[in-house]
Amino acid sequence: MNRLPFHAPGQKLDAMTVITGAQGVAHAIRQIDPDVFPVYPITPQTPIIQTLSQFVADGLCHTHVLDVESEHSAMSAAIGAALAGVRTMTATASQGLALMVEVIYLAASMRAPIVTAVGNRALSGPINIHGDHSDAMLARDSGAVQLFVENAEEAYHFTIIATRVAEDPRVLLPVMVGLDGFTITHSAEPVALLPDERVRAFVGPYSYPYPLLGPEVGTYGPFAMPDSYFECKRQQIAALENGLEVFEQVSAAFADLAGRHYLAVEPYRLAGAQAALVMMGSHCGTAKDVVDGLRSQGLPVGLLQIRLYRPFPREMVGRLLADIPQVAVLDKASSPGTLPPLFLDVAASVSHPRQLVSVIYGLGGRDVPAADLAGLYHGLLEQRLPQATPWYLKGRPAWDEEDEPWPT
Amino acid sequence: MNPGKALLRPDMMPHILCPGCGHGIVLNVLIRVLARRYASLDKVALVAGIGCSSRIVGYIDANTLHTTHGRALSFATGLKLARPDMTVIVVTGDGDGLGIGGNHLIHAARRNVDLTCILFNNETYGMTGGQLAPTTVTQAYTTTSPYGNRERAFDAALLATAAGATFVARGQAFRPDLLDDLLDQALDHRGFSFVDVMTDCTEYFGRKNALGGGSDLLFSQSRSDVEVTRDLNEWPQLQDPHGFAIRETLAMGVLHESDRPTLEAVMGLSGYRRGEG
Repeated sequence: MNRLPFHAPGQKLDAMTVITGAQGVAHAIRQIDPDVFPVYPITPQTPIIQTLSQFVADGLCHTHVLDVESEHSAMSAAIGAALAGVRTMTATASQGLALMVEVIYLAASMRAPIVTAVGNRALSGPINIHGDHSDAMLARDSGAVQLFVENAEEAYHFTIIATRVAEDPRVLLPVMVGLDGFTITHSAEPVALLPDERVRAFVGPYSYPYPLLGPEVGTYGPFAMPDSYFECKRQQIAALENGLEVFEQVSAAFADLAGRHYLAVEPYRLAGAQAALVMMGSHCGTAKDVVDGLRSQGLPVGLLQIRLYRPFPREMVGRLLADIPQVAVLDKASSPGTLPPLFLDVAASVSHPRQLVSVIYGLGGRDVPAADLAGLYHGLLEQRLPQATPWYLKGRPAWDEEDEPWPT
Repeated sequence: MNPGKALLRPDMMPHILCPGCGHGIVLNVLIRVLARRYASLDKVALVAGIGCSSRIVGYIDANTLHTTHGRALSFATGLKLARPDMTVIVVTGDGDGLGIGGNHLIHAARRNVDLTCILFNNETYGMTGGQLAPTTVTQAYTTTSPYGNRERAFDAALLATAAGATFVARGQAFRPDLLDDLLDQALDHRGFSFVDVMTDCTEYFGRKNALGGGSDLLFSQSRSDVEVTRDLNEWPQLQDPHGFAIRETLAMGVLHESDRPTLEAVMGLSGYRRGEG
């Protein structure tokens, strides 16, 4: 399989615009035109609300942007609006997502289809504003659908896809679109914006099946005793599991609209590969370049890119990795005391024992040089990476010229 | 030379504050007051949240704690109850202390914990790029209110007073001499003391509202009225080029002072002697 072309087939180059991932998300929101957007500023999400606020001021969309007093309030207001029966979105990152997590569990349990753009950023402490996936992992068990994008165009596309996935009656759950802080939120890339009316037609009018303020009197969020709580959770789990099938259907429909067909799990040059990396997010782009370089030298390497992280496509991952003897799973997050989250998900998805290496990389926005990823492939092929213990991709701190040892 | 200069951490320089920002003036006043009051900062703790204001605790060579957004007062309350002999100063901003951490401000005031809260009020979220804050006055422009703010701003001093703070003052970066006196009184006070310090964010708030550069904003804190600028004055009303009032007139000086037992005294904490004699 070859890399996707730079632009979708049939796309006119003069229709492309150079925007950042954050602006891409803001354009998608402008086109979707949600009714309510409660939000609190946090780096690196702020360009999303700033761009959106300008669109609103310019009369390009009618969204009510509410500058609330915290992310906790943002998600709370979003649930109120969503249950009242209007389309609701928000955006956050890092500590903001951490503060939101309590309420995201409520959004999932009340089946509020709120799309949240997350500018993935490291969690404190030490305080750090740069990109990694620690924040998303904190919300991993909340019951929300989680997507990770690779570049600005995907940030734009996945915001549109996420809206339909969230609102599908089989799902009706919050969806988080993860775009790596700065690497995607602040990096400008060519993006072909779709016509407004086609995006609007694609997402369709918002229609919540059981609005709180609908014709029938109802209640949301009542107390559940041990005799009913378990059943409610069971239904939430089933709804989230539906997310895979719904994502695939929405993604196929989106391919007709945009010429891009996104897979929940995308194999990249995996055919005949003897070594593969499993990754999510922006550095998949770097890894694809590394794979191309190594393949041109005749080395059998490939990449498995996870775009849909929750629900985790276990069967697909197991099937795609079934014939690959050497696999390393790269986590841009850690889970101190055990192996990191993506590794555990992959380990639980493969059916037989194999060489499965856990690598932690890019924490706090640490640079991920292509040479380091190439080194991983060589290490895998030569079977010299340790198993059952996390291996650290040190990367290259800008201030450190010396090859100093890790602190113990 | 500023006698407080020795209290700075030179390895933390250069600081992050923009040219024209009022925060540096407040930092200058704070280190002057600290240098005058304390021979050693070993018994002084500075606690901060997140934001431009909160970064300045890192520049002062005392016991400094940089915490999460809005929660500085909670960390400080714990610290003070564990070490009631210490002087605890909370450095916070308007977004930090009134927005995301507004709840903690009213409860710290209600408890009358014996600490001093200095709130740098620049009417916007400066560090994240000038978004709408709970202190942004009606009609002002910010990066998230390009149509003009439609909400009402908090009066921080009134809020702290109503919540039970026993010393409430308001100063401004334009008058460091008077701010010096207010911070001194706040540190003298036994109980929860709150100082709302009006400073300016030139890069975001000033620019968005076409208010000129740092010196323009600073001088706008005074009025042409010589009599008023001589003494502790008002935060004057300020208009943008279209005549919109984008800064409300606010009273300056010591606005409220009362005597009520501190939480430490009520709890009978051993080691709590501050303010005796």
